[in-house]
Amino acid sequence: MSAHAATVGTLATPGARRTFSGVVLARFVRHRPAVVSVALIAALGLGAVFADRLSPRDPIYIDIGHKFARPLTRGHLLGGDELGRDVLSRLLHAGRVSLSVGLAAMAVTVLLGAAVGAVAGYWGGLVDVLLLRLTDAMLSFPPIFMLLALAAFVRPSLASMTVMIGVTSWMDVTRMVRSQILTLREREFVLGARALGAPASRILARHLLPNTVGIIAVAATLAVARAILLESYVSYLGYGIQPPLASWGNMLNNAQSYFATAPWVAICPGVMITVAVTSFNFLGDGLRDALDPRHVRSRA
Amino acid sequence: MHAYLARRVVQALVVLVLVSLGGFAVLHQAPGGPVAIYAMSPTMSAEDMERLTRQLGLDRPLHVQYAQWARGLVTANWGRSYRDGRVVLEVIVDRIPATLVLMLSAFTVAVLLGLATGVVSAVRQYSLFDHAMTLGAMVALSIPTFWLGLMGIYVFAELLHVLPPGNIGTIGAPFALADRLRHLLLPAATLGVVMVATWSRYTRASMLEVIGEDYIRTARAKGVSRGAIILKHALKNALIPLVTLAGLQLPLVFSGALVTETVFTWPGMGRLFVDSIGYRDYPVLMGILMLTATLVVVGNLAADLVYAAIDPRVRHA
Repeated sequence: MSAHAATVGTLATPGARRTFSGVVLARFVRHRPAVVSVALIAALGLGAVFADRLSPRDPIYIDIGHKFARPLTRGHLLGGDELGRDVLSRLLHAGRVSLSVGLAAMAVTVLLGAAVGAVAGYWGGLVDVLLLRLTDAMLSFPPIFMLLALAAFVRPSLASMTVMIGVTSWMDVTRMVRSQILTLREREFVLGARALGAPASRILARHLLPNTVGIIAVAATLAVARAILLESYVSYLGYGIQPPLASWGNMLNNAQSYFATAPWVAICPGVMITVAVTSFNFLGDGLRDALDPRHVRSRA
Repeated sequence: MHAYLARRVVQALVVLVLVSLGGFAVLHQAPGGPVAIYAMSPTMSAEDMERLTRQLGLDRPLHVQYAQWARGLVTANWGRSYRDGRVVLEVIVDRIPATLVLMLSAFTVAVLLGLATGVVSAVRQYSLFDHAMTLGAMVALSIPTFWLGLMGIYVFAELLHVLPPGNIGTIGAPFALADRLRHLLLPAATLGVVMVATWSRYTRASMLEVIGEDYIRTARAKGVSRGAIILKHALKNALIPLVTLAGLQLPLVFSGALVTETVFTWPGMGRLFVDSIGYRDYPVLMGILMLTATLVVVGNLAADLVYAAIDPRVRHA
């Protein structure tokens, strides 16, 4: 309730500049978990970008003498793993891999999802029916089953992981974009453009898709969270990113065997995945609240 | 209602045909195709391979092959496992009970816990409890299931020694219910976390919607007690749309079960799938993929139909 009153107050302040982005920013900033998430994502991003400079050691340097070095001993802030490699350095470099796959897979997801959704929503009719059933069919496969079935054929690499995650994740974006286009295409400005003889490609590119940027931004953020999570599952199971290249998922590959001696090897990567995925999910939540004023706020 | 039923069934059938096309494509994309298993045998000559390919109809046009494969699918003739030559359907059916036990117990716990927390969250909207639940639900949705399982094993098996770290029962010991339950506790709790957050969130949203209805105000004006309003008037109606959630969650639950079974060496279908990938056992992989997809389609259809049947306000022309 008070949040709503505050919105009105902010917007009604005389003389205040009320640009669209200003309003969105003001609404976003009030979603505290989302703001904290932005800070966390920035920290993870910086850690990934400057992994080389921040890492105390070479992430793939094997030093058996430091096998299972305890945290805070012998220059290992977060300890050493089963081959004496520095866990902190590996976490930073793994962040690079996991975040890149997450972002790149998001791009594939959004491009594919928006394209299918726009075509289905704009043309309607048989095209729509077929694409909708295809979307339903894809949604019927449990995500990890399909991803693993594909991974069984393809030699794992950064690129193949990215494409496979994108190809198995586009359906949610399609549904959102399609329903948005369905309502937009009957609006006056679209009818006007059509009456002026604009071709479908122009109507889609200039009039319809720009109006779906909001929901696409939300979907994209959630897609990053999903992709990071899926990458970690597949890599944990051994069919994703291959060692010695570290990803947060494959760092947990054999962690179970070292519980007794080195629990930190199992704890640290999982914390990173959880923090990253939670942050992107909260960011998506905050974006949705900020971009769609009709959306019921999930928090005060 | 009948027209609606017919339309939904036709839609589901179309989806299943598309699903089977996907499955067919995957199996034929497999290196060596469906005869790959025989290629490994040293007693097979090139002529034998050729004859087999002809016998199995692999030299015929693709659409004929698809028709044949689809017929096999429908008549429960799913081929033989590359790994040990056993009939695929038999291999899979062997694993179903373990998965079913795991999924049902996780589902029960998740629904009960989700409903309880969701109702309290809605009734005390924006309270400390509600905020904690919002945060908790988001973390629960974001935490990797396999890692949650690993942490469970670390705490309860490694540190506290109160629960077994895996398996469906003590190896070599005769069947004992208490032993089975002890082994079930950690995997079920791990898989339950995947579901509980969603149930809690949906219950909260649905309750908030119902609480705003006129008939709740009427009940309050009549002097009905708060507890009776919440449970009898509000919750009963709030539950109706949640029926569809059970269907919608199915793909996620299958995925969660696969990961949970792997972490806890639980002898279910998900673990069979992961093992079969290791052996490149495509017939078994295809069988599980088709079975889960079919269950998801049927589950969603069933949930929608039940929804339409129990809510008198939903009337489909």
